Amino acid sequence: MQRVYIYRRFERFWHWSQAMLIFFLALTGFEVHDSIHLFGYEKAVHYHRVASWMLLTLIAFSIFWHFTTGEWKQYIPSFSKFSAQIRYYTIGMFKGEPHPTHKTARNKLNPLQAITYLGFKLVMAPLIVVTGLLYMFYRTIDANQMVIISDIPLEVIAFLHTLGAYLILMFAIIHVYMTTTGSTPLSNIKAMLTGYEDLDESNERQSKDTSILNQHEDEK
Amino acid sequence: MKQVIAPIVVITIVVIMAVHLFHRPELPNLSELQLKQKFAVKHVPSVDHSQFDALKKDFATPQEVTEACLSCHNQRHIEVMASSHWNWERVSYVEGRGIERVGKSNVINNFCIGSNANEQACSKCHIGFGMTNNLYDFNNARNVDCMVCHDKSEEYIKGASAAGYPDRSVNLQKVAQSVGKPGNYNCGACHFYGGGGNNVKHGDLEDALLACDREVDVHMAANGINMSCVDCHTADRHQIKGKLYSVSSSHENRLSCEDCHTGTPHLDRMLNLHTASVACQTCHIPTYAKVNATKMAWRWSDAGHLMDGKPYHEVDSLGNEVYLSIKGSFEWATNVQPDYFWFNGHARHYILGDTIGSFPLKVNDLLGSATDRESKIYPVKVHQGDQIYDPNTMLLIQPKLWSATKGDSAFWMDFNWHEAAMAGMKRVGLPYSGEYDFIETEMFWPVNHMVAPKEKALACNDCHVRENGRLASLTGFYLPGRDRHAGLNFLGKLMLIGALAGVLIHAFARFFTALKSEEINKNL
Repeated sequence: MQRVYIYRRFERFWHWSQAMLIFFLALTGFEVHDSIHLFGYEKAVHYHRVASWMLLTLIAFSIFWHFTTGEWKQYIPSFSKFSAQIRYYTIGMFKGEPHPTHKTARNKLNPLQAITYLGFKLVMAPLIVVTGLLYMFYRTIDANQMVIISDIPLEVIAFLHTLGAYLILMFAIIHVYMTTTGSTPLSNIKAMLTGYEDLDESNERQSKDTSILNQHEDEK
Repeated sequence: MKQVIAPIVVITIVVIMAVHLFHRPELPNLSELQLKQKFAVKHVPSVDHSQFDALKKDFATPQEVTEACLSCHNQRHIEVMASSHWNWERVSYVEGRGIERVGKSNVINNFCIGSNANEQACSKCHIGFGMTNNLYDFNNARNVDCMVCHDKSEEYIKGASAAGYPDRSVNLQKVAQSVGKPGNYNCGACHFYGGGGNNVKHGDLEDALLACDREVDVHMAANGINMSCVDCHTADRHQIKGKLYSVSSSHENRLSCEDCHTGTPHLDRMLNLHTASVACQTCHIPTYAKVNATKMAWRWSDAGHLMDGKPYHEVDSLGNEVYLSIKGSFEWATNVQPDYFWFNGHARHYILGDTIGSFPLKVNDLLGSATDRESKIYPVKVHQGDQIYDPNTMLLIQPKLWSATKGDSAFWMDFNWHEAAMAGMKRVGLPYSGEYDFIETEMFWPVNHMVAPKEKALACNDCHVRENGRLASLTGFYLPGRDRHAGLNFLGKLMLIGALAGVLIHAFARFFTALKSEEINKNL
């Protein structure tokens, strides 16, 4: 076992602020949907807008971060151990079998995680962001009283936006639960908070890479 | 620790920024202040009419006053005689009908029905003298009544059933010398009392507005900016801006709040977005008839009952007439929540001679829909009632109601519907089969006055609410908070419950297998 610096500073900031924003947007969004009553309709609408702009800014930064650091490659799904991972979650872990995949700094995500997060980034997030923007600018009048968007019925936009919200909430429930399936129930959350996780670095090449990363981090 | 502290610091900063964004102090609304400044300056007359020799004489007839007016204002009668106040009709393009003359002279209303055959009484609200029948000479400038609008002595009143002539008690010389810019008293003389009493017709125009507080109307409040009717209803060459769809049809020369307040009057962008499809009145006039009651229903079919052979009336505990032998039964209401309709500024009317096509019959129909870009949601007073019609010809009947004497077929004298129908229809030149019945009718009055203080305006969840919202009956558009896709909501709940149930089952399974393996380990 080795203490490895696995989640870097921006990644943790991005992860937790995104999580907070998503829950806040869900609260305010479902108030606009008249499912819950918390802030009052007017404030809920206002907060939802402010939070949505914060999330958009965060997403812009995180996209930049993913591409400049090459971290986006983490989400390329590999199918070699896909079924083994499913078997582990459904059968293996109850029998005390070991994880079929090994978490490393270069390969943080197991195949199931990779495809789920890819789905989040390519389906759920774009769905909610695009429909959110359409919703926000729907029938907006500018200084010249021009109607910008009105050809797509608001009903359709709202349907897709709500669908996105349900999908993301469902993702969040399962995601939070799955964090407890690490080596100990809290090890994954601790790692996302501190950046460090005790990992079994069996692969030499990866071990070397992480030590370079660690070295790089130490230099800072 | 550094890795923990840094994100906490950043997150704290973000939270503080968010709090700062959420709590912005209210800014002064400069355009609103400018308007207040503009209307705080009250009109001062530039001349004193009592000093003019032309007015220093005893007037034997009101026409002599008009002649005196025209001796100086020698072109004004042309403007007045081009107005709908004089002609009782406008020429306009009506959707589905083409170019029509529409006005008091040929539409039916849901109150006293119509002016035809009853001109001598109805012309109390005509800006002229001597309209006794339908042969009125609309080209005689001597009959223009300048005083009814321009009297500032507040002594001028028109006589009852006097064909538009002033009451005999009026001192014409005093009135003539006191003329000036029309005040609320002048406009109100007709527009407050239409339909036979205060606030009967409009619901948002009544004599309480002559001295009200801001709770009743922010614009006309005596303790507020104290504006007069003509501050908004300006008149270019005696063509007064603004119209009401009880008698008007087309989207022209309309007066709207936006004329002063602009289309984006709020400091809140979200509220300003509403103005594309919601009229100002909708949120800012939460209720009408705030002081005195307005008539909500009028059933002519109940008219004609006599007590000991004589007409009678009944009054409710608030002093509102609920029954009159000559008119039928009424329903009244105060602090009424308006109904809401999509409306694009065009209206269709039942015009004398039209065949009845729908039950209940809409005597006027506000046009518009959610998909029409010109339409906005407006508050409307809906007035219910029933009226006499001919079931064989399917025409509404214009009855003869008024006469000075008995035996002249007038319903208000003889209480004989058949005679009144025959005389009225003969007069308007329409057939009458000899058979009559009563038909349910509706009339739609957009509500424009009695603007509440902004704290009393509607709030979001008066409309954006699942059930019993103000706009619950309006369809054809998606209203956030009110509307939802039932299937998606069910599916969404299923997804969330499924996810929760799934992880709970998984967690229990892990927990119990862990317990089991511990036991096994112990046993080993």
